[in-house]
Amino acid sequence: MTSSASAAPLTAQAFKSDYKPIWCPGCGDYSVLSSFTKAFALLQLQPENVAVVSGIGCSSRIPAYTNCYGFHGVHGRSLAAAAGLKLARPDLTVVVASGDGDGYSIGGNHFLHACRRNVDLTYVVMDNHVYGMTKGQPSPTTEPDWESKLSPEGTGLREFNPLVVALAAGANFVARGFAGDPNGTAELIAQAIKAPGFSFVEVLSPCITFRPEQREWKNMVRPASVPSTDDAALAARRLMTDDGMNIGVLYKGGRKPYQSPVGKGKKQPSDLEQEFTL
Amino acid sequence: MSTKKTVKKTAKKSAKLSPKKTRTAALKSTKAPQRAAAKPAAKAPKRAAAKAAPVTSASEFMAHAYAMEVEAAERYAEFADAMEVHNNREVAELFRKLSRIEQRHADQILEQMGWKQSPVASAGYRWEGMEGPETADPTELHYLMQPYHALQIALHNEKRARDFFAHLAKITGNPGVRKGALEMREEEAEHVHLIEGWLKRTPKPDANWQADQDPPALSD
Repeated sequence: MTSSASAAPLTAQAFKSDYKPIWCPGCGDYSVLSSFTKAFALLQLQPENVAVVSGIGCSSRIPAYTNCYGFHGVHGRSLAAAAGLKLARPDLTVVVASGDGDGYSIGGNHFLHACRRNVDLTYVVMDNHVYGMTKGQPSPTTEPDWESKLSPEGTGLREFNPLVVALAAGANFVARGFAGDPNGTAELIAQAIKAPGFSFVEVLSPCITFRPEQREWKNMVRPASVPSTDDAALAARRLMTDDGMNIGVLYKGGRKPYQSPVGKGKKQPSDLEQEFTL
Repeated sequence: MSTKKTVKKTAKKSAKLSPKKTRTAALKSTKAPQRAAAKPAAKAPKRAAAKAAPVTSASEFMAHAYAMEVEAAERYAEFADAMEVHNNREVAELFRKLSRIEQRHADQILEQMGWKQSPVASAGYRWEGMEGPETADPTELHYLMQPYHALQIALHNEKRARDFFAHLAKITGNPGVRKGALEMREEEAEHVHLIEGWLKRTPKPDANWQADQDPPALSD
């Protein structure tokens, strides 16, 4: 791990581990990894003060590829582990990596309550509209008419809209990035880390193995034509006409982050124990 | 290289090879990979060319050139890693070589400008085309791709870089930037020519190059 005593500014390379990613060639997650490390360098964080937490899936391999502290948790439970870590160690920068299956299906309930609870975390979801690691099943964000051998005639189910859910559930910062724009996504992640409370960054990250048509995303995404707002109602109205291809910060709220009542200068665990003494 | 002299006349003369000569020599020295000739491969899909970012001084121009080289080097290195992991060693080696060429060029820009560290912020520039004009598109990769495909990607990038500098030379109002951009355009045009020659010496992949008896995708 890189020493914090180093005087030279840390570069993105300082946040990369020696492990080579085993994602498919062409996977968008390579670029998102690059955005993570660029964002950490941009903020001049120290690797020993950053924890990257994940669940299960292709995207959740990211902690191994960074030179920070990492926790590769169980499926869908990354936010629970990350919230615990942040409350116990508020001095750490805690960034959570997930995918559309891990984050919106298996971990869907944790997503809702993490937004509501507003712990100071940054949640980056790499969305490729498919379960890639398990060979291409439809995920919560898969279009209803997407056909495959595993979903003949499509699922017929309306897709999940993560930004709408995040906003409605109380996330304090909501943004969308694109893996094909790694420098822009790095800036989004840096903004999300700096924003207090629960920050949610959805990153469109193509899976060209199971969704080769997602190669076209690079021709479809566009910077949002309007600046971010601190008005949740206005943000919600913008999402009503959003086609899922606008990138940038949608919403920056001012809600106070959740603080643990236990910790330095507050209640101690022993105080809590006394409350349960019979 | 004269571009650097234009930008910073006090650049050290100790560099034995200019970035231009180094890159050109590296490209010329590369032997064509040995593989059986076959039918032409599918053309790489077109990608929107990055437009010139606003550059107002010669120093800023060189910083952009540096960023272009670094981003291109990093992307080729990433491709090489991916190919190594998928046991496509021949293409991995080719991408590694391309990465080294781009990185060497970036290092020499630093040296000749007298910069002790990167002049670019950690998150890099916000290119108008989302990525740098010489940065390869990751969605062009395939785990069974062959050297011919890798060279097609490299050719596409050199053409984009050439067009970027041509556009910059056309729109800039700064004479130093224009002169530098025109020289860089010529350099990239030379690289285009070299890679075209390299492609001619490289066997074209068989029409069934993507065939896999145990494909990863069940959704085809």
